[in-house]
Amino acid sequence: MVLDDPAVTTPQARTDAPWRHDAKKEDLNVIGKPIRKVDARSKVAGLTRFADDLSMPRMLHMKLLRSTVAHAEIVSIDTSKAAALKGVKGILTGKDLPIPFGILPVSQDEHALCPDKVRFVGDPVVAIAATEEEIAWEACRLVEVEYRELRTIGGIHEGAANDEPRLHDYGVRGNIHRLENLEFGDLQDGFAKAAHVREDTFFFEGNTHLPMEQHASLAHFDKDGKLTIWSSTQTPHYLHRALARTLHPLPAHHIRVIACPNGGGFGGKSDPFNHEIAAAKMAMLTGRPVKIALTREEVFWCHRGRHPVLMRSKIGVNKTGRITALDFHSYLDGGAYGSYGTASTFYTGALQTVTYAVDNYHFRGARFFTNKAPCGPKRGHGTPQPRFALEVQLDKIACDLGIDPAQIRLDNLAPRDSLTANFLRIGSMGLGQCIEKVVAGSGWKERRGKQERTKDGRIRGLGLACSSYLSGAGLPIYWNGLPHSGVQLQLDRSGLVTVFCGSTDIGQGSDSVLTWIVGEVLGVDPLGMRVVTSDTDLTPVDLGSYSSRVTVMTGNAAMQAAERARDIVAKGVADKLGVPASRLVFADSRVYDAEDPKKGMTFAEAVVCAEAKFGTIGTVGSYTPPKSAAKFRGGGVGPSPSYSYSATVVEVEVDPDTGIYRVPKVWMAHDIGRALNAAIAMGQIEGSVYMGLGEAMMEEMVYRDRTHKGNRIFVHKIPSMLEYKSPSALEMPEVVSYVVEDYDKNGPFGAKEVGQGPLLPMMPAVANAIYDAVGVRVDEIPVSFEKVFAALQAKKEGKEARFGPSNGPDGVPEVDFGDSLKIKTPWQGGDGTAWNEPKREKKAAK
Amino acid sequence: MSEPNKVLETFSVNGEPHEVAFLPHKTLLEVLREEMGLTGTKHGCELGECGTCTVQIDGTPVLSCLVLAVDAVGKDVRTVEGMACGSGLHPLQDVFADLGAAQCGYCTPGVLMAADALLRDNNSPTREEIKQCLAGNLCRCTGYLKIFEAVEIAAARMRGEDAQPSEESIYGAR
Amino acid sequence: MLRLPPFTYHRPKTAAEAAALHKEHGKQAMFVAGGTDLYPNMKRRHQVPTHVVSLQDVPGLTAIEQLPDGRLAIGAMVSLTTLEKHLQLLRDYPGLAHAIAEISTPLLRNMGTIGGNLLLDTRCTYYDQSHEWRESIDFCMKKDGAICWVAPGSPRCWAVQSSDSVPVVCAMEAEFELVSTEGTRTVRGDALYRDDGIEYLTKKPEEVLTRLILPKTGGWKASYLKLRRRDTYDFPVLGVGACVWTDAGGVVTKANIRLGGAGSYAIPATESEKLLVGNQLTDELIAAAGTAAMKPARTMDNTDLDVYWRRKVAPVFVARALAACK
Repeated sequence: MVLDDPAVTTPQARTDAPWRHDAKKEDLNVIGKPIRKVDARSKVAGLTRFADDLSMPRMLHMKLLRSTVAHAEIVSIDTSKAAALKGVKGILTGKDLPIPFGILPVSQDEHALCPDKVRFVGDPVVAIAATEEEIAWEACRLVEVEYRELRTIGGIHEGAANDEPRLHDYGVRGNIHRLENLEFGDLQDGFAKAAHVREDTFFFEGNTHLPMEQHASLAHFDKDGKLTIWSSTQTPHYLHRALARTLHPLPAHHIRVIACPNGGGFGGKSDPFNHEIAAAKMAMLTGRPVKIALTREEVFWCHRGRHPVLMRSKIGVNKTGRITALDFHSYLDGGAYGSYGTASTFYTGALQTVTYAVDNYHFRGARFFTNKAPCGPKRGHGTPQPRFALEVQLDKIACDLGIDPAQIRLDNLAPRDSLTANFLRIGSMGLGQCIEKVVAGSGWKERRGKQERTKDGRIRGLGLACSSYLSGAGLPIYWNGLPHSGVQLQLDRSGLVTVFCGSTDIGQGSDSVLTWIVGEVLGVDPLGMRVVTSDTDLTPVDLGSYSSRVTVMTGNAAMQAAERARDIVAKGVADKLGVPASRLVFADSRVYDAEDPKKGMTFAEAVVCAEAKFGTIGTVGSYTPPKSAAKFRGGGVGPSPSYSYSATVVEVEVDPDTGIYRVPKVWMAHDIGRALNAAIAMGQIEGSVYMGLGEAMMEEMVYRDRTHKGNRIFVHKIPSMLEYKSPSALEMPEVVSYVVEDYDKNGPFGAKEVGQGPLLPMMPAVANAIYDAVGVRVDEIPVSFEKVFAALQAKKEGKEARFGPSNGPDGVPEVDFGDSLKIKTPWQGGDGTAWNEPKREKKAAK
Repeated sequence: MSEPNKVLETFSVNGEPHEVAFLPHKTLLEVLREEMGLTGTKHGCELGECGTCTVQIDGTPVLSCLVLAVDAVGKDVRTVEGMACGSGLHPLQDVFADLGAAQCGYCTPGVLMAADALLRDNNSPTREEIKQCLAGNLCRCTGYLKIFEAVEIAAARMRGEDAQPSEESIYGAR
Repeated sequence: MLRLPPFTYHRPKTAAEAAALHKEHGKQAMFVAGGTDLYPNMKRRHQVPTHVVSLQDVPGLTAIEQLPDGRLAIGAMVSLTTLEKHLQLLRDYPGLAHAIAEISTPLLRNMGTIGGNLLLDTRCTYYDQSHEWRESIDFCMKKDGAICWVAPGSPRCWAVQSSDSVPVVCAMEAEFELVSTEGTRTVRGDALYRDDGIEYLTKKPEEVLTRLILPKTGGWKASYLKLRRRDTYDFPVLGVGACVWTDAGGVVTKANIRLGGAGSYAIPATESEKLLVGNQLTDELIAAAGTAAMKPARTMDNTDLDVYWRRKVAPVFVARALAACK
């Protein structure tokens, strides 16, 4: 079906096309317009079928029996009573699924059902399928599991202090999963040049995604030996890989993963999950369709949310506030498994240099295994924690030096089209413009530092912060040289354009992004297209909806496929009309002569012409990001085709008697490159403000830590919608959003990401605003009421007006990071390699 | 205790009778989704803590996860599937779709049910009244702002006004 | 999906019949009004009655009636939404109307009843969890276990009084009408409640709460101030109900201050009350009364927000609640 004739395909970069990255707005018919999402009407009608909305005849319901202890060896499992319960049709334990899996090749440390050891309260041990969900639940209660309890590792300090018992038999040593130590430039020289040096300690408590939809999966193994699983996943491709691995010897091409529309993901549905693998295996065991729909509490056990991170940051600036050196330590509480943790660790050190020019930079990161639900990627993946630290610290520096916090940022901006100290390639860079927008909009210069009183006696304050985020990870999870995204187009004689792509719509509108790009290039109505996505049998691989990669990567692949289709159709029409193909215009579902617009035909007629000439019309496009400049070990995390930028000003009103505060208004500017759809981009900005506000004010994954009959009880304190506090309609502030468009040459039509970036500056901006209002520092997220109160009390008592982790030696654990990898910066003549890195053996290519 | 027997009852859902056999301890949420196949009503906690499963009973928005199905017999049950008329959509649905007030769309049916009940009582609610009305419906995607605006625009259109979203809400502030 | 355990469902036609049904099934029976407290608890297996007795068909329980002596009788099955918008309540009992408007969410207020809220189960972050979660802590004495996790040495349960209406209703000294097979009786204010997380009511299990009777207006003013994380959804982690009686000269003749969300019952702030009586409600006096409320605010670590902070801000909340009674 796919036509791949070199005569009719062209290279991707076309400077003459109207769809170049810096196209004028008035030349675009679809891009930038507030067209509704292609799936919007089904969603509002309640017709969108999420995973738990699916059912099949003879379907069984599966439940998981989960560990009730935090850390233990499994001595025995007795399922005999459960098996005897009427209605029970299948039971699986760890021995039925012995092959481990994990999202990253370097941490294949999970089992669908724990074979010998449980590592947190909630770790699954037994799966039971029955004719009714209640029967499966009752059957789980009849299973007897004997545990031999092991000492619990309850957090960062404990992970550092206790090498035994180890949670896993891999990693650096003891319970240290990862240690990274990267040094760029000359720190000694950098600090020597500093006129002012600060060292601060920060803590960012873990939090979770809390998507409204609870994960669900439906698996079916047919009599032809083919497995199909419908699941709430953001990454069908990686689930496909995990299933192929764990269900061995079932061949990968017998496995079909269909990602249902996700009822919110935010990163929480990016890992392959134990329940998905267990459901698939159960379907194979029983020969019947098997559904599992997690409870809300189980969603907390899936977690993979924000890592708790303890940070110590030492920063040096010259007398005008220009950063001369940054020495940053991060300590991550990884929870029980690897998940994306290797990447998360690097991300806590990767993007500091992308907002502000840091001439000399040293990053040390450590990730610990602990007996908590595993942490992973949540919106902003590993970067909100260091962003909080850096932005609060810059605020402190500005105060120390008497410089306007907005100005110190403007003075430190990383230059556009440059390489950072850690070899990240910055392209377009609109942060300066973002800062100017929010400064002007909020009346920053006039209103800051005024401590105005509200009518009810609260004190107003303004806080500013900035951030940057990736438009997709530059390197894939599996280093295989294959495209990150593939798109296939089919043009029907009716004029229908069908887009096939492995990307997954999690509410962000990725299905619609495909239609806007293809619609613009082919001049057809995006709402008239058909989109087939996230089905591993039908759609070309797209790595998934994570790291804000879809708009740029899938978008570029769609662009290429559409350009190729356009060329084929143009050739067909050119012959028919006797007009040069280069003169043809594709717009308004017509193809016509630019010099004589009446001379033309409908798009459907154009497809017929082309099909008559070339046969069935189908094209493909794919995308691989540019090669990274960073060649040192660890340089794989951080590179991206482009970086988005955000700046925000947050207004708070603090009750000085109680520490209770509210956030009435937020100004948020985001450099999106180009908004492919204005209204949908606004939705992402507002949603990011919302989620960031939740993290800033209240959201946290905290644990109960008690002792009972000699054993330690260590369990998530509040795994419910009610007690895991998430802002309601009443907490949402007024938001003034500014869409800054600094067209980026690597993005389709110049677009960059928007789904994650605007979340990042919210947390530090809230903390900075509290300081502006009442003069106290809360160096810990969330900035909850009681912490503001405690800092106010400390201030009143003449102590340091601060709440946060100790700045003393006990504030961070003692960790031997070993020797650093030393990398010369670009301005030192570095080539992106570490000059002291031991030679690695070359892996077999691809 | 002995196995409870199913009961056979006729429900009025979206103005149509539905005869269903179900166990008497089943909630309306379970019966709507699992017995009637009306999966437009979603669920996020089943404990009354999120608002996702909101439906209307005799015009009042309630949480279907905490209503026994038997208690809805003889009453007028309305779900998101009953909002649209013919091939078109209800004005609320229409604006929600156009404005991007539904992102993942999972909380949307519940939000629509609550908002629809509000507009029946109050055809020109203030922003504050809309917020209060939706104070029991959690949304994790939108930050609520597009939802508030969509309700305002839909209300205006239902009053016969030609309301459009503001330039600022679509393109941002200048 | 969390689901209810099976049960037999009853819808009696009179309060006496309801009481009789309850008596017949004893510990296997529970009443249900709006279901917003009971059904989540049943889904988490806190309560697993095999007989659920609904009060929805009992006539008269949805009435709001002005009694000849000036008191206002509110049927136990009146929805919280109805009360929150009830003009007479808003005019004559604004403190209570405000407390009711602060309960959970509009959707739950549509379903929940005043009777249900007055009898709300006590709450605790060790208890309001799924069966599986509670298994991981070996349960607690309120259900299935032996100890109280809040105070492990304690012989009693410390689950928290979490109703918004109770502190203000107790402060107002409102009365409760209870119907059983033995007839009707009335108890006043605090007398309905006990300082125990498990046996938090003095009412016999089979007694039906039929009416809340509010005192005649005039000469007093009541208020309610709630501490919680969000302006909706959340239960109070401190709920101050205050009621102040003054004479024509503005001198306080009686004052009741009840602290909800701070213990297993609405705790009286006795010292604060004493400070007020015989004096004018000046700002200074109010502040002093607030400070004196710190001692009885014996917050425990079994709700949202920091336990010590909740106690430290209690004086501020008490003072503000009193200021609203001016």
